[in-house]
Amino acid sequence: MSTISREEVAHLARLARLEVTDEELDAFAGQLDVILQSMKTLAEVDTDGVQPTSHAVPLVNVFREDQPQPSLPRDAALAGGPDTFEDRFRVPRILDEEA
Amino acid sequence: MSRIIDKTAAELAADIRDGRLTSVEVTTAFLDRIDAVDGTVKAFLHVDRDGALATAREVDEAVARGEALGPLAGVPVAVKDVVVTKGMPTTAASKILEGWIPPYDATIVERIKAAKLPILGKTNMDEFAMGSSTEYSAYFKTVNPWDTGRIPGGSGGGSAAAVAAKMAPLAIGTDTGGSIRQPGAVTGTFGAKPTYGGNSRYGLIAFSSSLDTPGPVSRNALDGALLHEVISGHDPRDSTSIDAPVPPVVEAARLGATGDLSGVKLGVVKEFKEGADAAEPGVVAAYEAGLEQLVKLGAELVEVSCPSFAYALPTYYLIAPSEASSNLARYDGVRYGLRAGDDGKRSLEEVMSLTREAGFGPEVKRRIILGTYALSAGYVDAFYGKAQKVRTLIKQDFEKAFEQVDALVSPTTPFIAFEFGARTGDPYQMYLADLYTIPTNMYGGPGVSVPVGLSEGMPVGLQVMGPVLGDDITYRVAAALESTQDVLLADTAPEISAQRFTSFDEGGK
Repeated sequence: MSTISREEVAHLARLARLEVTDEELDAFAGQLDVILQSMKTLAEVDTDGVQPTSHAVPLVNVFREDQPQPSLPRDAALAGGPDTFEDRFRVPRILDEEA
Repeated sequence: MSRIIDKTAAELAADIRDGRLTSVEVTTAFLDRIDAVDGTVKAFLHVDRDGALATAREVDEAVARGEALGPLAGVPVAVKDVVVTKGMPTTAASKILEGWIPPYDATIVERIKAAKLPILGKTNMDEFAMGSSTEYSAYFKTVNPWDTGRIPGGSGGGSAAAVAAKMAPLAIGTDTGGSIRQPGAVTGTFGAKPTYGGNSRYGLIAFSSSLDTPGPVSRNALDGALLHEVISGHDPRDSTSIDAPVPPVVEAARLGATGDLSGVKLGVVKEFKEGADAAEPGVVAAYEAGLEQLVKLGAELVEVSCPSFAYALPTYYLIAPSEASSNLARYDGVRYGLRAGDDGKRSLEEVMSLTREAGFGPEVKRRIILGTYALSAGYVDAFYGKAQKVRTLIKQDFEKAFEQVDALVSPTTPFIAFEFGARTGDPYQMYLADLYTIPTNMYGGPGVSVPVGLSEGMPVGLQVMGPVLGDDITYRVAAALESTQDVLLADTAPEISAQRFTSFDEGGK
């Protein structure tokens, strides 16, 4: 039985802001199903009382001195922007009205 | 006598320091080699002839003034395109970053520049380092210098192919699930994934932040160790960076090269030899011949059991896509890179979706969707949380093994370089290329791949896995194995000629 439907893949793509094509949906649903089936094998592992791992050497509370440091110059930060205007990034409208 | 490009990085460094060669001569030789063969191999996304030669001239002037220089000063290096380089295009082989010029250097690039290694250019890779064949580069496929109809491994296929084809004596790779070691294995080169946290991630374009680790690619262990020491060490700009001394990998490589492994216990992982997880017969034969050599040098083999390794692959494919889906949210078409569909009418959200659809390739989209699924409400504990706990069990298997042995050994990858297109139709078949490398990433310890022999005329790698911050033992064992080889395997690759260029057009896909 498949674990993920075409509709679910479309929903996930929307959540991830991916405007996927119909062909991609068809391909991804089948491919993701194979991968998810493999992941289901983890359910058989007993992890009761096991702590999660995210680093080879557990580190806690990495702080630095609260000293001001030079940051990226404004022009350098803006230089990579696809559209800039008067020292700012120009963005498409974010509210649901006509531009 | 041997050409400049045939020399090891250690030999080149000594020649430059002692005045037998200038860095300009050395750097020019590799740039000329790129001109001659990269039309066939296609390892580079960008070549910086002027920048490399400018650094080379600085080194030569310093030598002339009698200044003390670092151990690799003047020896050129190629850098994987996932590492940001100030003023030099950096794309992670993605269309979404096409034309982007980073305004800063990664910490490891700062260190390379401070050590005066000329940077030849940026190497091709699977988009955002997601893949095992470099077929998922958004630009072009890199070929395996041993057989231009086959993949060079991935994601760091460009760095490995550049070194295998002698277009660079050294290269930088990054390893999240095997992206340094697996390309090393299939191209007959050496590659090392250092202990996670041993090398700074600052300025690495993030894929899976709890796994990404930069490391060296070279033709032998000593060269790799020299580069490892250039780039390693604590970095306050990476909060996961370990504040501890760099393991003495150069010393260990020199010790290993003496060919003495007496007293060294090597663990052979039982689970890698059995059932569906077993390597193909030609790989097993080359690997076992390598084990015999290690025993002749005095190593003792001990069979160890690591039952949780069987879950490493699904664990990885929960953790890595989850972290990737979060990391890649930054490509929103606002601050850098591509913006698509901005017609003045569409909303930010619509433009964002169109930008990401146009800018990301199929494997990246698959992993973003997978990660979004694994992190969605109601699933996060069952998937990401569960995977992090299984990761602990894998780590415990390693820790238990290292109570008995100094290092673990395995083949690096279950199969030799496959032909283009053989595994792109079924992503899971592609993922299997990293079956033996992924456990090390889950644990966080060091792992290297060293060429061990051939199968069907293609290189096979032997993997050495060490304890956390025990990178030195992995270099020692690798260098010892090299000492049993009359010629480095990397030096027996077939010569690339114009003839092969023609055949690539037919063999490539």
